[in-house]
Amino acid sequence: MRTDDLIKALDADARSKAMPLQSAWWMAAGAAAVIAAIVFLLTIGPRPDFMVAAHTMRFLSKFVFTIVLAVSAFALIRALSTPGAPTSSAMAGMIAAPLLVALAVVLELLAVPEADWGTRMVGSNMMICMGFIPLIGIGPLAIFLWMLRYGAPTRPVLAGAVAGLLAGGLAATFYAAHCFDDSPLFVATWYTIAIAFLALLGALGGRFFVRW
Amino acid sequence: MTGKDEAELSRLMRAAIAGDEKAYADFLRRIAALVRGFVRRKIVQGGVDPEDVVQETLLAIHVKRHTWRQDAPVLPWVYAIARFKLIDAFRRRGRRIEIDVDDIAETFAEPEQESVSERDINRALDGLSPAQRSVVSAVSVEGQSIGETAAKFGISETAVRVSLHRGLAAIAKRFGQGRFGRE
Repeated sequence: MRTDDLIKALDADARSKAMPLQSAWWMAAGAAAVIAAIVFLLTIGPRPDFMVAAHTMRFLSKFVFTIVLAVSAFALIRALSTPGAPTSSAMAGMIAAPLLVALAVVLELLAVPEADWGTRMVGSNMMICMGFIPLIGIGPLAIFLWMLRYGAPTRPVLAGAVAGLLAGGLAATFYAAHCFDDSPLFVATWYTIAIAFLALLGALGGRFFVRW
Repeated sequence: MTGKDEAELSRLMRAAIAGDEKAYADFLRRIAALVRGFVRRKIVQGGVDPEDVVQETLLAIHVKRHTWRQDAPVLPWVYAIARFKLIDAFRRRGRRIEIDVDDIAETFAEPEQESVSERDINRALDGLSPAQRSVVSAVSVEGQSIGETAAKFGISETAVRVSLHRGLAAIAKRFGQGRFGRE
C-alpha cells in the first residue's frame, strides 16, 4: 500500500471520535477514587477515633504526604501519556512528597527520645499496611494502566511506574484514615515499601501491557 | 520547519478534529512529507525502510489524535510519535536479525519478493478479517469513497465506516505489538 493510499483511508475515517485524553484522565481519576473508596470501606474502613485523631499533627501529616504524592503523580502521568508534552516541571514536582516526608522524619527524630525510635518505626500495623495499600491500589492501578494504553506514552515503563505511584498515593490516602501508626518514622518506612511495590507492578505493566 | 508551518498545521489539525476532512487530508500529506524527511535523516544504514516508519507514524497519529491538546503546538507531538515509531522499528529489526535465519534462505530463493507489496502495512492488512480487509483496500488502494464502497459490497455506509475504523485500529495495534512480520 502506498502512503498516499493510506492517507485516503485515514481521511475517510476522519469523523470517528474519541474522548480527548485530558478529559479521560479526570474521569479515570474519579473512577479510581470511587473503586479505592469502596474497597477501603468494605474491608478495613476508617479508625473509630477518626474525628479525635483529626486534631493531631501526626495524623494529618500522613494525608499531606499521600495527597501531595497523588497530585504530583497525576500531573506527571498526564504529561507522560501525551507525546511531546514537556515533563520536566512535573518531574521536579515528584520530589515534593519525599521531601515533606524527610522533613517530618527529621522533626520526629528531634521530638522523640532515641529509645522510642524503634517502636515508632515498627509500629503495630506494618503487615496490614503492606497488605492493604496494594490491595486498595490495585484497582486504580489497572485503570491507570488502561489509560496509558488509551494515551500514547513514549516512555511506557516510566509512565507505568508513575501509574503505580499515583495508585499508591491514592490508596495510601485511604489507608491512612484506618492506620493507628501516625509517626513519620512508620510512614516513611512501610508506606514507602507498599507504594514502591505498586510502582514496580506499574512499571511491569508499562513494559508488557502498554503497547501502541 | 518554521513557526508559520506550526501555526498552519495546528490550524489544519484543529479543523480536522472539528470534522473538516479536506483539512485532515492536507494535514496528513504535509505531515507525511515532514516525517519522511525526518526518518530519512535518521536512518543512515539500511535494514529499516523509511516509508514503513512513515506509514506507522501516520497510523499512530490517526488513532492517537485524541492525545493532542488543541492548545499545544502540534509539531513536537508529531515528532515525538515519529521518534517513538522509529526506535520501535530499529528494535524490531535487531530482534529479527538475531533470530530469523530462515528469512535469509527465503530471500535468496525469491529475490523478486522485494517490492512495494513487501510493505509492513500489507502484511498487517493480511491479518484483518475479510470484511475489514476488503473495506480498507477499497477505500485506500482502490480510492473509493465511503458511499461507493457501501454500494459495492451492498452494506450500509455506517457499516463501512465501522469496518474501516476497526480495521485501521487493528493495523495500528499490530504495529504497536510488532506482530505483522514473519514470525
